[in-house]
Amino acid sequence: MLTHTTIPEEKVKGNPKQNLIKFLTKNMVTIMFLALVLAGYLIAGMNPFLFLFDIVARMSRNSFLVLSLIIPVVAGMGLNFSIVLGAMAAQALLIFVTHWGITGLPGILLCIILVTPLSLFLGYLTGKLFNKAKGQEMIAGLILAFFAQGIYELIFLQLVGGIIPMNNTTLIMSQGIGVRTTVDLTDGLKYGLDWPGVTWGMPNLLRPTLPWTVIVGVIALLVGYLVYLLFFKGKRASAPKLISSAVVGGLLVYWSVNQIQTGSMINMVRIPLLTWFVILALCLFIVFFSKTKLGQDMRSVGQDRHVAAVAGIQVDRVRVIAIMMSMVMASWGHIIFLQNMGAFSTYGSHEQIGLYSVAALLIGGATVTKATIGQALLGVFLFHALFIVSPSAGRQLFGDAQVGEYFRVFVAYGVIGATLALHAWKTLLQRKDKLGV
Amino acid sequence: MIKDFAGKFLANFGLARVIILAFFIFLCIMAVVFQLDIAELLTSSLVRIGMWGVLVLAMLPAIKSGIGPNFGVSLGILCGLVGALTALEMAYRLGDSVQFGGGTLFIIAILISLPFAILTGIAYGWLLNRVKGSEMMIATYVGFSMVSIMKIAWLFLPYTSPEMAWPIGRGVRVQISLAGRGITRLLNNFLSFNIGEVIVPTGLLLFFAFMCFLVWLFMRSKTGVAMHAAGDNPRFSEAAGINVNRSRMIGTTLSTILGAIGILVYAQSYGFVQLYEGPMFMPFVAVAAVLIGGASVRKATITHVIVGTALFLGIQVVAIPVANAFTTEWASMGEISRKIIQNGVILYALTQAGGE
Repeated sequence: MLTHTTIPEEKVKGNPKQNLIKFLTKNMVTIMFLALVLAGYLIAGMNPFLFLFDIVARMSRNSFLVLSLIIPVVAGMGLNFSIVLGAMAAQALLIFVTHWGITGLPGILLCIILVTPLSLFLGYLTGKLFNKAKGQEMIAGLILAFFAQGIYELIFLQLVGGIIPMNNTTLIMSQGIGVRTTVDLTDGLKYGLDWPGVTWGMPNLLRPTLPWTVIVGVIALLVGYLVYLLFFKGKRASAPKLISSAVVGGLLVYWSVNQIQTGSMINMVRIPLLTWFVILALCLFIVFFSKTKLGQDMRSVGQDRHVAAVAGIQVDRVRVIAIMMSMVMASWGHIIFLQNMGAFSTYGSHEQIGLYSVAALLIGGATVTKATIGQALLGVFLFHALFIVSPSAGRQLFGDAQVGEYFRVFVAYGVIGATLALHAWKTLLQRKDKLGV
Repeated sequence: MIKDFAGKFLANFGLARVIILAFFIFLCIMAVVFQLDIAELLTSSLVRIGMWGVLVLAMLPAIKSGIGPNFGVSLGILCGLVGALTALEMAYRLGDSVQFGGGTLFIIAILISLPFAILTGIAYGWLLNRVKGSEMMIATYVGFSMVSIMKIAWLFLPYTSPEMAWPIGRGVRVQISLAGRGITRLLNNFLSFNIGEVIVPTGLLLFFAFMCFLVWLFMRSKTGVAMHAAGDNPRFSEAAGINVNRSRMIGTTLSTILGAIGILVYAQSYGFVQLYEGPMFMPFVAVAAVLIGGASVRKATITHVIVGTALFLGIQVVAIPVANAFTTEWASMGEISRKIIQNGVILYALTQAGGE
C-alpha cells in the first residue's frame, strides 16, 4: 500500500494546528483525566492543604509499585497483572517479620532481603507460564493472580497456625488457625521506611517539611548541574531551557521561603525522604538498565519477537528475566506501600494494588506497548487525585459519597478496558494494513 | 499397548482434567468414608447443575463463533437482572388488579431481558470484532467495567417496590428476596419427584435440556453451520463467502441472551437476586466449567457443557462437607479448592491454546 512508501511518521511536520490535534488525540486519556480531576476538585470544594497532605502520602506509597510495571511493557509482554504475586510475597514476609517482632527500618530491610529470593522464584515460574501463553500474557497474568489467591488463602487461612506453627494471638484468629483478616503494623513495621528516625526517638529525622524539601531540592539540582558542567564537560543546555528552569526554581524557592515565614499549614506536610530516594533510585536504575545490553535486547524482543530471535537473542530467557525483575520490584513496592498504610487486609490488599497500579499507569498515558517513568509518575498523581476528590464530589453532586466510591472503581476497570480495546483495534488495523487487505 | 493408550488418553483428555477427575473421585470416596448423607449431596448436586447449566451453555456459541470463552458473559447477566427487577416492579405497580403467577412473572422477566440482551450483544459483538486476538482480556474488563457502572445504576434506577428498595436511603438492596412472588424454586419444583431420598428437580433439568436442545438445533441451521465454520477457520470461511464478522456477532449475541436467561434460572433456584458485586466473578465459574468438561478456547460441544457443569459443580457441592468432616478447622477449604481448580483449569487452557 501507498502508506508504506511515505516518510516515517515522526519526520513529517504538519502545521501547528495539525500538531495540536495530534497531541490531543495521542494524550486523550491523560487530558480527559486531568479535566475529570480538576472538575472533581472544584465540585468537591476540597481543602487544598488536606489535598496536598493526602496526595504526597499516596504518591510516596504507590509510585514504586507503578514503576515496577514498566519493564514487562518494554519487553512486549503488556501490563503485568501478575505483580499481585509479588505483592502476596511481600505480605507473607510482613506477616512473618511482624510475628518475629522486628520493627522499624531493620524490619523493613529484613523483609526486603527475604522477599527477594521468593519473588525471584515466583517471577521465574510466572515467566515460564507466560512463555507458554505468548500473546495472551495479560489474561494469563490476571487468571494466575486469581489462582495464586487460592494458594495464598490455603497457606495463610488453613495452614498457618496449624501445620505451619505460629503462636501469636494478635496475628492468628481465635480458633488458633489462619491469619486474621487484617494485619496491623502499628508499633511494628509501620512507617519503617517513611519515618526511620522513630527507632532512635527522632520522628522528624529524614522527614523534612515540604518547603524545606523544595529549597534543598532546587539547590541540589543547581549544584548537580554545576558539577556536571565542571567535571564531566557535558553539553550545556540551551539558553531558553536554562532561563525557564531558573525562573521556575526561583519561584519555587520564593514560595517555600514565604510559606516558612508565614508558618502556614503547608509546613505540616512532610516528605518521606528515604522513600523518595528509593523511588528515585529505581527511576535511575530503569534509565540505566535500558542502556545495557540486556535492556536493549528486551526492547528488541518487545518490538518484534521473531526478528529478535533471528538476531540471536534468546527471546524466552529475556522475557523470563523481565518478569522476574518486575516481580521483585513489585514485592519491594508493596512493602513500601504497606509500611505507609500501617495495616492491610490479609486477603484483599494484593488484588487491589494490582488493579489500581495498572490503572494508574494507563491514566498517565502509557499503553500496552509503551510506558515511561514520566507517564508512571503522572499517572500515580492523577489516579490518586481522582481517588481523593471523587467521594466528596459524589456527595456534592448526588448527596451520596457511595456514588463517588463506585465511580472510582469503575474508572479503574474502565480505563484498563478502554486502553486495551483501543490498542487491540490499532494492532488489528496495522496488521490489515501490512497484509494489504 | 496399554501405555500407548494411556498416553493418547492423556493427550486427548488433558492432564489438568485427569487431576480434576481424580480429585472428584477422591472426594466421592471420602464422602462415603465419612458417611455423609449421599442423598442430600446428590440432591444439591442436581440443583447446582440445573442452576448453572444455562450460564455454562452460554459459553458454547461464543467459543464456536471464534471469540473464545465469553469472559464478559456478565453483560448478559446484567441484562437478566434488569429483566428480573423490572418484572418484579411491574408486578408491584400493577398491584392487586392483575395477579401474576410465578410462571407468568418468570416469562415476563425473560421477555423483558431479551431486547436488552440482544442490543447489548450486538454492541459487544461489534466491539469484539475490532479487537480480534485479545477478546478474552477485553471481554473480562468490559465485564468488570459494566458491572461496576451498573453498581452506580442500581442506586439510581427507579425501582420503588418495598421488597427491592431500601426503606431509607437510595437504591436497591444488595440481595432481593423472591419469596412471596411465587418464583422461588418455580422450575425446581415443577414435576419434581423422589428417587429414594434424592429429590430430582425435574423442571430445572428439563429447562436446561430444552435450552441445550435449542442451541443444538441452532447449530444445525444454516446460520449455525456458517458460524461454526467462521469460528473454526475464519480465513477459509471468508473466502467461501461467509461473513465472519456477522457470524461472530451472532455468536456473541446468543451467548449474551443465554447469560440473561441463565441468571434468571439461577436466581429462581437460589431464591434471591444478587446485585452489585454479584455478577462480577460469575463468568469465571462458567468458563472453568466448560473447560473442565473438555472444551478448549477454540472448540466446545454440548457434551463438554454438560460434563463440565456436572463435574465442576459436583466438586463444589461435595468438597465443603468433606472438608468439614475431615476437620472443622478447615472451613474455608471448599471455597479455596474451588478457586484453585477454577483458575488452574483456565490457566491450563490458556497455555494449551499456544500463543498467537
